Parts: sequence; structure tokens; C-alpha cells
Amino acid sequence: MEFQKHDILIIGGGGAGLRAAIAIGEENPNLSVGVISKVYPMRSHTVSAEGGVAAVIKANDSLDDHAYDTISGADWLADQDAVEALVNEAPGELIQLEHWGCPWSREPDGSVAVRPFGGMKIERTWYAADKTGFHMLHTLFQTALKYNNVTRYDEWFATRLLVHDGCCQGVAALELRSGQIRAIAGKGTVLCTGGAGRIFPFTTNAAIKTGDGMALAYRAGVPLKDMEFVQYHPTGLPGTGILITEASRSEGGILINKQGDRYLQDYDLGQPLDIQDPRHPQKRTMELGPRDRLSQAFVKEGQEARTIEGPYGDYVHLDIRHLGEKKINKKLPFVRELCRNYVGIDPVHELIPVRPVIHYCMGGVHTNIEGETPLPGLFAAGECACVSINGANRLGSNSLTELLVFGARAARAAVRFGAQAGDVAVEEIIALADQEQRRIRERFFQPKGGTETIAGLRGELTHTMESGAGIYRSEESLRASCDKIRELKQRFNQIELADHSLTFNTELTTALELEYMLDISEALAHSALARTESRGSHQRTDYPDRDDQRFLKHSLAYRSDDDPCIEYLDVVITRWPPGERVYGSK
Amino acid sequence: MAASETDQPEATIPLEVFRYRPEQGDEPTFEHYDVPYREDWVVLDALNHVKDQIDGTLSYRWSCRMGVCGSCGMMVNGEPKLTCAAFLRDYYPEVIRVEPLNYFPVIRDLVINMDDFLHKLTEVKAWLVPKEEKPVSQGEYLQTPAELAHYKQFSMCINCMLCYSACPVYGQHPEFLGPAAIALAQRYNLDSRDGAADARADVIFSDEGIWDCTFVGDCTRVCPKNVDPAGAIQQAKVAATKDWYRSVLVPWGNK
Amino acid sequence: MSDNTTGTKTKEYIRPMPANWWMMKKTFVLFIVRELTCVFVGGYALFLLVLVARRDQPEAFAAWLNSPLLIVLQIIALPMLLYHSITWINLTPKVMVVWRGEERVSPLLIAGANYVAWAIISIVILSISCP
Repeated sequence: MEFQKHDILIIGGGGAGLRAAIAIGEENPNLSVGVISKVYPMRSHTVSAEGGVAAVIKANDSLDDHAYDTISGADWLADQDAVEALVNEAPGELIQLEHWGCPWSREPDGSVAVRPFGGMKIERTWYAADKTGFHMLHTLFQTALKYNNVTRYDEWFATRLLVHDGCCQGVAALELRSGQIRAIAGKGTVLCTGGAGRIFPFTTNAAIKTGDGMALAYRAGVPLKDMEFVQYHPTGLPGTGILITEASRSEGGILINKQGDRYLQDYDLGQPLDIQDPRHPQKRTMELGPRDRLSQAFVKEGQEARTIEGPYGDYVHLDIRHLGEKKINKKLPFVRELCRNYVGIDPVHELIPVRPVIHYCMGGVHTNIEGETPLPGLFAAGECACVSINGANRLGSNSLTELLVFGARAARAAVRFGAQAGDVAVEEIIALADQEQRRIRERFFQPKGGTETIAGLRGELTHTMESGAGIYRSEESLRASCDKIRELKQRFNQIELADHSLTFNTELTTALELEYMLDISEALAHSALARTESRGSHQRTDYPDRDDQRFLKHSLAYRSDDDPCIEYLDVVITRWPPGERVYGSK
Repeated sequence: MAASETDQPEATIPLEVFRYRPEQGDEPTFEHYDVPYREDWVVLDALNHVKDQIDGTLSYRWSCRMGVCGSCGMMVNGEPKLTCAAFLRDYYPEVIRVEPLNYFPVIRDLVINMDDFLHKLTEVKAWLVPKEEKPVSQGEYLQTPAELAHYKQFSMCINCMLCYSACPVYGQHPEFLGPAAIALAQRYNLDSRDGAADARADVIFSDEGIWDCTFVGDCTRVCPKNVDPAGAIQQAKVAATKDWYRSVLVPWGNK
Repeated sequence: MSDNTTGTKTKEYIRPMPANWWMMKKTFVLFIVRELTCVFVGGYALFLLVLVARRDQPEAFAAWLNSPLLIVLQIIALPMLLYHSITWINLTPKVMVVWRGEERVSPLLIAGANYVAWAIISIVILSISCP
């Protein structure tokens, strides 16, 4: 078995992964870093982020305000020490990214521009037109090309964490090109593998968002935290789920129902101002409310038959016509392009059909504020991790910030760990990887007369997640999903691949991804079943109120041979005692 | 992706797909698949249908399905396209021929080897080298909207490599740096914060760089993001020529 | 960042570029035609040299110009040179980028300005040579 060794491994080459690699490239050029990604880094899902990235930079803003908006947006489930670290380090990170060339949109005087965003009292969202994630990712990728101590493993698919002596000492990864599984050893391993939106049928997420790193950690005994909290973005295109950025609402776009009414005013999100009023859009009000509340309002409108029926489910309209062609071309050109290409409408003159679609996982691999997981040698950052910054609901533009701040932090923590860790147990690691190669060959390449298909099981999985663990859940719906997932895990053993080749076998990787998705879904459904309260994006029709007494805690899902065990961990409260989330005031 | 169910017999559209399985033979073949025809489906949806329902052995790259990740570039009826942006309705009812991107070696089926392109990104130093150092504590480099506009277009490249597949020069002479790499170099050269235009000049103002380009212009025509790499290259030629005249007429001048 | 060092070499398939690549797309054909018109530009340069060399024999030169071969050449050369000029003028906006603040001066204006200059120069030359 061929063997590769580095000081630090980073799994995932998106915003968090590349930021981690650059941190080591800049601060520890003598250490060798391996970046292992199942796709070329510039294909990572960070690339699709549109609206912006939050950091306090203007004189009218303050770190405490950013922290409060984030904590209240999270329905008080965010760890406040982590949030304080985030808001403190955010401005420096974004300026650093600017120094690395990121083409931020500017004020006329040349300083960085900011726009308002959902749930935030003051404008602090930096942006690069409406392709912020794209520009951030390409800036990070191109910057990372500078460092000679960083080796990329492009299109290597991680299949298992190699744990020896209670320590994560590397990863077994399938090189797609050759079909060989190789051991890659590292004293510290940082998971930056993103979220798992693809467990739902309608999502803004790319095909690659299958929760790989979360499942790898889960299988290695690391708990997944707050998995029940998944965010529906209020404005995705029906059918494809393609994202229409929140920035369209920051710039003044409004949501209207079948009757043409701005329905959000009925849902405790304040009162609408006239769209010509210079104070529109008001922050933390109406269309600039938090995403969970907007998505919930949509469901309620649907129950009152005030949404419009369509071939891909019902929808409402997003109206940005009043912004005018010039503003749309300058600030929302990508939105215009997407609408024309995928819906055949020009938002300058027509209404955009939108509905809530799955967008982000607030939950993930349990880490502390340094990015350390309970497993020595394993770290995590970005959407795959749960620090927790986002608690029960994430504010738009905080996740791109999280990539930078915690990508760097987790890298530094990994470096510190590596400095005092002993040498990697090479023989044992290679043996484990050998075992993994055999497991995969036996499991997927022996003909067994299997009757199940990958697409079939995947379809059933996404269906049960949407019906049982969607925007509104109940004990009944969640139990049904838990049972279904258990059944699907059994039936997965009956999957047979048509493709037994080694060279670039994407049927194999799709099957492995489905297996990850089943693990993630199980953790999610069971965590949701156990949380008998409603908070943020987890809404129980049978327990409609927030219950701080019992549930001001993170859920921790541990994998077992049976159903996952759910334990609880107190939320860290520093300066902001739990209060009510109030939007639309003033 | 969900689709509405109808009771009528489904309209279909024929696909001819390039297959190459190195373990099974030296030569590629074409396989025929009939896929359902839907008005809002793109070629990528058709390929996904093939893989999910008909033939799981078909390998291809894709991810975002919204034209921003650059993974899904393939030849569709002889034209380089992002298959997530090529609508079946533009071809229906004629057969759609799907092949791997031109002028790249084929690893398997519709998957090409793009190592060459990534190597070139490093060669042209496609990253910012600031003209003046500035600590983060002093804030951002100032850049007016007009200065941003000067390079903005060239920064939109999604690295999809359709331009390489449209370039006959690259097809005949793979040492050519190529449209995207030079456009990205120009993106940094024109960035008001950057100071490495000279360092890039050696690589770009060379025979394998801009001078290999004969301004066919097809790269710009096929670019899905309106980057206009042909424009970038010709502008670089003007810049190189000006530099040369300056160095000849004012040899003592410092640049 | 070093390139992907693992570089496992697999048996890749290389598709040869056909010798008639330039016939396979309309844009390529037009490109080749544009390039071929340079032959006529070169031919015109030769013509000017001959004109200068024969400046003392205007009648002999005029007779030569009216010979059948030269007439045919000129009938072919005129559209070729027009095509050459039009395609290149239409491409100048790609090369000449003029900024007014955040906006580029319209490509139509740039190409238009070149056409106007061409027209003016042609009128001047014609009025000098044909009083």
C-alpha cells in the first residue's frame, strides 16, 4: 500500500479548508500540509454563496451589536464565548482577505462597502456584487497556490478516519483516478467538508454536500451536535432549489403571496414600509427578518391557501422590479442571470417564484472554540463543524465569516497539537487503510444479486426527511422518519453497483455518499425527536414553545449499533442572558 | 430533482454519449440512451437520469448545477458547454451528442485530465502580490469602484475550461498558456493593488503566452461568464508592445 | 502549493485534432478566411513598391494595371481587403479599452470612430489623387 505523510491534513478544499491551509502556509511554512478534497477546490460549495460575509467595520456598528444579533438570531442556542471570538476576529480576517486580493464592492471613496442582511440591526455584510462566495473561494484558492509546503490531493475521496491509540492519525482516501485506497497520515486532521443539504429533496446545495466529514467523525465516535437544526432559506427557485440570495431583500426586494400582499406583516416581523420610502428595507423587520421565521411564515401561508400552486410545489413571489434595471445589474447581476436561465423570467420586469429550500446545517461535528473535537488529533471547521456560532438558526452572511475565523483557528489548534504529539504509528495506519480497502472491495465489488438502487434509496431518504423532519415536525412525523431511516440502512446492504471498475468510479463514490447521508439523517431525526421544544429552525407542532429550563442545551448524538444516543451539553452564556427574539420593533 | 407526473406517454430525446473505460479497451465507443424530455431539463439532468435509472457506469463531473462551480463542462453537439446550462429544449427533438471537453486527455467517459490548466495557474502567478505592504491593522487597501471595474470582468472566470476546448491553438500546441490562464494573469495585472505585472511578464509575454494567440476569438464566444479572455490577451499584447517600445526608446527609464 | 503530486498515470485517451479542424465550425472557417486576406494585404504592399519603382513611367504602369490579369486580381483583392478591414475594425474594441469612470466606452463607439477615421482618410486620399 502506498503511503503519504504530512504534519497536518485538511479534508475539504472549500473556504474553511483553504483558509486553514493558508494559515499554516503563512505561520508555519516548515510544516507540511496535505489538502484532501473529493473535488478540485474551486468546485467546493463555498463558490455558490452569493449575498455576503459579515464583519463589523463601519463607525455606526459595534462588536457587541454583531454578537447580540447573532445570539438572538440563534434563539440563544449559540455559545456566547464562540460568538465573541467570531465577531472579534471577523474584521481582521476580511481585511486580510482583501489584502489577498478579494474584489470587495466599494464605496465611492474606495473603502469597503457593506449592505444590510437578515436579522442584523446594522449593516455589516461585506459583499462582492452577488457572487461573494465565488470571489472569496477563488481568492483563497489562488492565494493558496503560493505556498510550497501545501500539497493538494485533488479528487481524493476520504472514506475513513484512521484512529490508533485513541488518536486520529490520518485518513484512508480513495484516489478517484486510480481507484486505490491509500493511507495519508497526519499528526492533526482538520475536517472542513461542509454540510449535508442533499439529504433533503429540495436544496440550494450542490451535489457534493453529502455530510462526508460529519459521518467520518460520527463513525469514529465523535458526537454530532445540534443536528436537528437545519435552515430553510426562504427564497430558492422551485424545483431546482437554486438560491436567490438574501441580498435581493437587502436591496429592497419584497415577498408577496397569491393575493399580492406582503404577508410577513402577519407574523410578528413588524410593519411594512412603502417600497419607495427611503427607510425601506428596515433592518430586522419584514423581509429582513431571520430565515427560520420567514420560512415558517411561508408554511403558514400555505396552510391558509394563500400560496401559489406550481408543478414543483407551491410558492410565493419575490418582487425586485422596483429596484430598477440599473441597480439590479450592478448589485444583483447573478440573480438576473439565474432567473433568466432557469425560470425564463427577467426579474427587472417580472416576479420571481420562490419557496423555502434547505440551505444550511447549523449542526455538525462537536468542537470547542478552538476547533478541537473530543477525539485527540481531530479538528473541524466550517459548516461541517458546530462550535456553536449559529445555535438554532444562522443569520445570513455569518457562515462565510465562520469559514475564515474558524478555519484559521482549527488549523492553529491542529498545529499546536501536532507539535506535542508523537510520531504517527505508520504500520498501524497502513494496516487500517488496508482493512478499509478490503472492506470496500468486498462490500461493493462482489456480485451479490442486490436489488436496491442508489437513486431509489436516496429518493426515499430525501422524501422521508422532508415529510418528517421539515420546517414543522411532530413526534409522529419524526418517529416515522427514524423508522424509515433504520429500514433504509438495512436495505442499503442490498445495493449492488453496476460499475466495478477502478478508474474514476463515481457510482462507488455516490454509494459511499449515500451511506454518509444515512448516518447524518439518523443523527438528525433522532436529535429532533428528543428535543421536545420549539427553538429557531426546529419547530414542533406538539411542543410549540421554547423551553430554556430543559433545553438551553446542545444535543449530542453518538453513534451506536442501534439508534444513536442523545446526550446534552449546556450552552455557554457569557454576557447575554436568554431573552425573547424580537423583530420588527421601532 | 422532482418532476410532475403525467398520464401521457413520455416524450423522449435521444442521447449519444462518449464512453471510454480504460480497463475494458483502448478505444472509446458511443452509447445511445433515450431519456425523458422535459422542458426545463438541462443536459446534466439527462445525464443524471441515465446514471440513476439506466446505466450507473457513466462517469462525469458535476456539482452546483447553477453555472458557478465550473465542473460540468462537456462538448454538446460539438460545442463546449456547461451541461447545467444547456437546455434540452434547444436541441429537441434532434439527438444530443455528449463528449468530453476537446483538447484534453480523457481519463474515463466524460472526465478529462485538467492537471495542465492547474499547473499553468501557478506558472502565471495568479495571485495578488501587493504593490506596497500594509498591515491588516491599518485596514483595507483603498480601491475605487472605477479601479475595481478595470479588472472585474476578468475575475469572473469559473475555471470551466470551455475556452481551452474552443481554442484551436491549444488543440495543436498544448504548451500554449491558454485563454483562462492569461485572463487571470491580466485580472491581477490590472488590479490597482497589485505590483507583480513585471514578474508575470516573463511568463505571459512569451511564445507560449500571448504571442501564440492568433485571435480566433472562439474562447470569448463560448465563455459562459462573459470573461472575454480574447480581449484580455489582445490587451496584454498592446501592453507588451508598449513595454517593448518603452524599453527600446527609453532604456534608462526605470519601470 | 505544489501540483497534485500523486499523479497516478492511468491509460488516458488522446483524441487527435483532425487536419480539417478549421472546416468543422463556421467561426473557424471565417477565421481562416480572415487570415488568408493578409495575403492580399501583403500583395498590396508589393503593389505599392512597384508603384513607387515605376513612378516615372505612368502610362506603362497604367497599361499594366488594365491588363486582364491585373483586373482579375483587383476584383478579387477589393472584397478581400474590405473584409480584412471590416473584421479588424470590428475587433478594435477588444483591444482598445477606454474607461469613463466605472463604465467602458461603448464598443460601438470605438468601432464607429475607426470607421469614421477610415472614411475621412479615404476621402482625403481620393480628393488628392482624383482632382
